[in-house]
Amino acid sequence: MPTTQQIQTRRGDVVVLVGTMKGAFLFRSGPDRARFEMGGPYFPGHSVYALAYDGRADRRRIWAAASSMHWGSVLSHSDDFGASWTTPEVPTVQFPKGGKALANIWQVCPGRPDEPDVLYCGVEPAALFESRDGGKSFQLVEGLWQHPHREKWQPGGGGLCLHTVLPDPKVRGRIVVAISTGGVYRTDDGGRTWTVRNKGVRAEFLPDKHPEFGQCVHKIAGNPSRPERLYLQNHWGLYRSDDAGDSWQDMAHGVPSDFGFCMAVHPHDGETAYIIPLESDGFRCTPEGKLRVYRTRDGGGSWHPLTEGLPQRDAFETVLRDAMGTDQEERAGIYFGTRSGKLFASRDDGDSWTPVATGLPPIVCVRAARA
Amino acid sequence: MTVTFQLTGFLRTFAGGAREVRLEVPGATVRDALRALGDRHPGVSSRVLDEQGSVRRHVNVFVGDQSIRDTGGLSTQLRDGSTISLLAAVSGGSG
Repeated sequence: MPTTQQIQTRRGDVVVLVGTMKGAFLFRSGPDRARFEMGGPYFPGHSVYALAYDGRADRRRIWAAASSMHWGSVLSHSDDFGASWTTPEVPTVQFPKGGKALANIWQVCPGRPDEPDVLYCGVEPAALFESRDGGKSFQLVEGLWQHPHREKWQPGGGGLCLHTVLPDPKVRGRIVVAISTGGVYRTDDGGRTWTVRNKGVRAEFLPDKHPEFGQCVHKIAGNPSRPERLYLQNHWGLYRSDDAGDSWQDMAHGVPSDFGFCMAVHPHDGETAYIIPLESDGFRCTPEGKLRVYRTRDGGGSWHPLTEGLPQRDAFETVLRDAMGTDQEERAGIYFGTRSGKLFASRDDGDSWTPVATGLPPIVCVRAARA
Repeated sequence: MTVTFQLTGFLRTFAGGAREVRLEVPGATVRDALRALGDRHPGVSSRVLDEQGSVRRHVNVFVGDQSIRDTGGLSTQLRDGSTISLLAAVSGGSG
């Protein structure tokens, strides 16, 4: 196994967590984000589809869902920025006896700030798990698991996964989740009951383009200051909701393609969001060989390409659903990673970009935070 | 009966580094033996078996030099002194 390179992270640093098909990596920088130093690989040989930083209750904890093709998926954590990891002997995220078996953990999501011991995992096969003891144990959210639609959900190319979890910081008991393929579901009573929220979202690959459920939603992103505003990147289609998913409006204005996977919202401006369009479901690469991030500053009314520092020739890249993230700095850092192992960073809201790493394994997850 | 488990590299992490684990098994099948192994080293058995008790798809379990896929799966009968090897399958191909 490779030697793991360790980094010394100090309070106030910006850290970028990168999950790949062959392990996790951490990048740290001072607050200026001028130069990043790399640590890793952690969990070498494991795919790491989900990473999260949990700074609640004075923690400085990184969660990592490492999955081995052979030995299964386990949620581990580090309280010292990767110097050591705590991995439970018996995996904590498990289906109840007599049911399904866990295939992969696709999302790790800390709960609301005022519930510091709540943690969610979205998994494959599509299900939501909740911990109320800081991740020591997890319970299957039965309300969603027992939903009558579940038996009819179908796997997308990546498997039948619940890949997005958005707890509403203002409306207690409200959580929005997204499933490929099932679409958007929301609970307003803490997970006991769930209602489908796909109104207006197309299913281009079905005879009925507007079914009640079965949409292949790739990612939903929101802004904590305005949680009822959501942005959705669909398997064909870009949408905005101003009512927490009750209805969705097309916002694919001025993009080269409305196909894509990743989506991120500016940490302080709910009108500003980021996508990376791909040509089509048949050719899942950046159009015209140009790696362009598209940004809206008016809530999806218009989109503009961001190209400074990004390759604009022979760049046939793919950026997957969780491979884009933001930090919380005032002038926001935006980060994304490609399937070809390139990690890019912007420290000016996306105006310009620099490569941080160019030779990583295929990147599937990018998250950022202030340590 | 007594059986011996031989552990591949990654699994040794969950058995204090041991290459082999010898156990008294109250039963006669591979399932019984894995249950006994789980009592002593739950980290090993939970990586060989999923939470429903099935051998993970890309794990191979051999009794002697016979894969249990060909001999009755977890119901494969053991003899006193059997050696059970827990191995990663030759998987991959997607890089």
